[in-house]
Amino acid sequence: MDMKEVILLKNGEIALKGLNRRSFEDKMIKNLRYRLSRFGSWQFSAAQSTVTAIPGDDVADLDAAADACGKVFGFVGYSKALMTDKDMDVIRAVTGDYLEDALRAAKTFKVCARRADKKFPFTSPEICMEMGGVLLSRFPHLSVDVHNPDLTVNIEVRDRAAFIHGNQLKGAGGLPTGSAGKAAVLISGGIDSPVAAWMMAKRGLEIEAVHFASPPYTSERAEKKVHDLLGRVAQYSGRIRLHVVPFTELQEAIRDNCPEELFTILMRRYMMRIAQTIAEQNDCGALITGESVGQVASQTLYALACTDEAVSMPVFRPLIGMDKNEVIEISRRIDTFELSILPYEDCCTVFTPKHPRTHPKLYYVQQAENLLESERLCSEAIAGTRTLTIRAH
Amino acid sequence: MECYLDNSATTPVCAEAAEAVSDALLHNWGNPSSLYRKGMQAEDILISAREAIADRLYCRPEEVFFTSGGTESNNIAILGTASAMRRYGSRIVISSVEHSSVEESARTLETQGFEVVRLPVGPDGIVPAEAIARAVNRNTILVSVMAVNNEVGAIQPVQQIRRAVRAAGAPAVIHCDAVQAFGKLPGLRPGAMGVDLMSVSAHKVHGPKGAGALYVRGGYKKGGSSVRVSPRTFGGLQEGTLRPGTEPVPAIAGFGAAVRALPDTDEAFVHVSQLRDHLLEGLAAIDGITVNSPPDALPYIVNISTGVNSEPMMNFLSRREIYVSSGSACAKGHKSRVLRSMGLPDAAIASALRVSFSHETTHAMIDMFLDALADGKRSIRTARR
Repeated sequence: MDMKEVILLKNGEIALKGLNRRSFEDKMIKNLRYRLSRFGSWQFSAAQSTVTAIPGDDVADLDAAADACGKVFGFVGYSKALMTDKDMDVIRAVTGDYLEDALRAAKTFKVCARRADKKFPFTSPEICMEMGGVLLSRFPHLSVDVHNPDLTVNIEVRDRAAFIHGNQLKGAGGLPTGSAGKAAVLISGGIDSPVAAWMMAKRGLEIEAVHFASPPYTSERAEKKVHDLLGRVAQYSGRIRLHVVPFTELQEAIRDNCPEELFTILMRRYMMRIAQTIAEQNDCGALITGESVGQVASQTLYALACTDEAVSMPVFRPLIGMDKNEVIEISRRIDTFELSILPYEDCCTVFTPKHPRTHPKLYYVQQAENLLESERLCSEAIAGTRTLTIRAH
Repeated sequence: MECYLDNSATTPVCAEAAEAVSDALLHNWGNPSSLYRKGMQAEDILISAREAIADRLYCRPEEVFFTSGGTESNNIAILGTASAMRRYGSRIVISSVEHSSVEESARTLETQGFEVVRLPVGPDGIVPAEAIARAVNRNTILVSVMAVNNEVGAIQPVQQIRRAVRAAGAPAVIHCDAVQAFGKLPGLRPGAMGVDLMSVSAHKVHGPKGAGALYVRGGYKKGGSSVRVSPRTFGGLQEGTLRPGTEPVPAIAGFGAAVRALPDTDEAFVHVSQLRDHLLEGLAAIDGITVNSPPDALPYIVNISTGVNSEPMMNFLSRREIYVSSGSACAKGHKSRVLRSMGLPDAAIASALRVSFSHETTHAMIDMFLDALADGKRSIRTARR
């Protein structure tokens, strides 16, 4: 067998699944195949909680492919590995070369062996001892630390081949996208909603997105920003369908006819209603928002209750108990922060009242809505909605 | 009809320039430094373009150095002078309303121990000549003031700087960012204005993006120039080593052709003054518009406040293919430095628009803009405060 560099991915939670584990695994490999397709052709095999991605001859950039693996939900860890013959002489000969840079950079190391193939003539402890000795004599600056080593040299002897790799990198975790159904996220262009979408995608949800555009109050650049934000989320979640709802007329009607201090809560309710209709039309089972308790006037407990009353679908708010700093931390990690802070007006900042009601009473809110031709305005907005597909960028 | 009224941001490339670019790309693609004929033909393009720009600036071709544009010209002027003049002093005097390519260069020098004095402007957007005189001392190595401000069109008293420098006995080099003034401001002659370095750009005068020039009084020779400035990039012998690298002949060809195709500066000034007056008359008939540009500003730039936030108004106009820029660079916090320096109230800054002309602008375009502006003011709602 030729030696070949491959990517090993470790399954996460789905290892705990029972009889339907297979369907989760299939989904993960399908997502992985889609995400890696841009780097060339691949073969995949799954065994013992590990997926092996074997690159075809046309794969030129294994590092970039490995980075992409780190963004596929369902895997808790990944690493590049050398796939080689199950032959102790070969393993002895190639390990030092393959991990040379990492071994030189480390001060302490340990060897961790796993022998899935029990017919292999060396036991795991024997492999560890043998390889520890080989590496120590070649790299005399190293010392062994079995508890907290800089580098763990992994030797995995599996059914068909042996795999050699260094430290495993942290994967995206979660459940494979699409394994838990579909939900629609309301996205404005701020910091929160992309993080909320990412968090729910992490739990296996496929994401649809609903964006409200209010030209001329919001610009084409503001919508482009939403495309770019979703493009980042799509690196994890796979492609996202975006529904852009024309919202100007509704916002102007609220501004012209309703009490100023209720503007925000009314706007939120109409957004939720419209999003729910679009969600239903697209087989989504829930709505997702980036709200967190107390962040702004529309996110007080009372305002949230009032917003929820407008819809019957479950509303997922994964950021509900998080501080802004915690949200920002995630947005930096998934690389949406810098885009989020581009200073364009979005639908939520248009006509912001000076003193929004923080304790809105449902009765007054409903009365205010009676001042509007709600049904016509909503159905026109839905009729004018454009749908586009956002791919990972 | 497309109605482009943002000529201070960039201008459409004129036919002459486009043809010159295309010719250089398709036919005269040689390296101007090559010794054979193909190279000499490319070099001829540079010679001709250099002459065109020198003619406009009333200077000698040897005093014109091609760069990639206004930003690079300003960077060489500020950073190159500071580096060459370091031993003569450490004070740098600029205005508080300079383009970011001057301001950011100066800020970098501040971190290297230079003292940067930023002159405030009056309510008219103009740096008072006395302020320049007060700021320049014996330790001053560079004074940089733009000829025309890019946001409000205020014409700065650049020709007063030489006197201030002389009176203080300062060794200072005088730089002028003339990107908005070139081809537009009558009497823009660095020699007569007592300016040592002057930056100009091609794409503001109907040339292509990617070309500009720096005027250096007396020319530049490594180690022996009358104006002390040093290069920022290093390489071959091109542009007297002040700006090495194989010249972008197509862009420079377009620059030269665009400058040759420009109308006479004085005649264009008269035409554009009429446009400006027509605009101001129309604006006076719309309620709630204030003009932020001073009355004696360059007529090519008119800055106004409309009472409606800049971003929705710009978007509204953009949907009618009318293009102007917001006086403030962007919404939310990034308020215009220039308008703030002029002491304008926040509401006026938030609703500022810059309308900027070229000699190609027509009265019909202005009428279109005025109609749309009035419509926008009627239909765009503002938050009820």
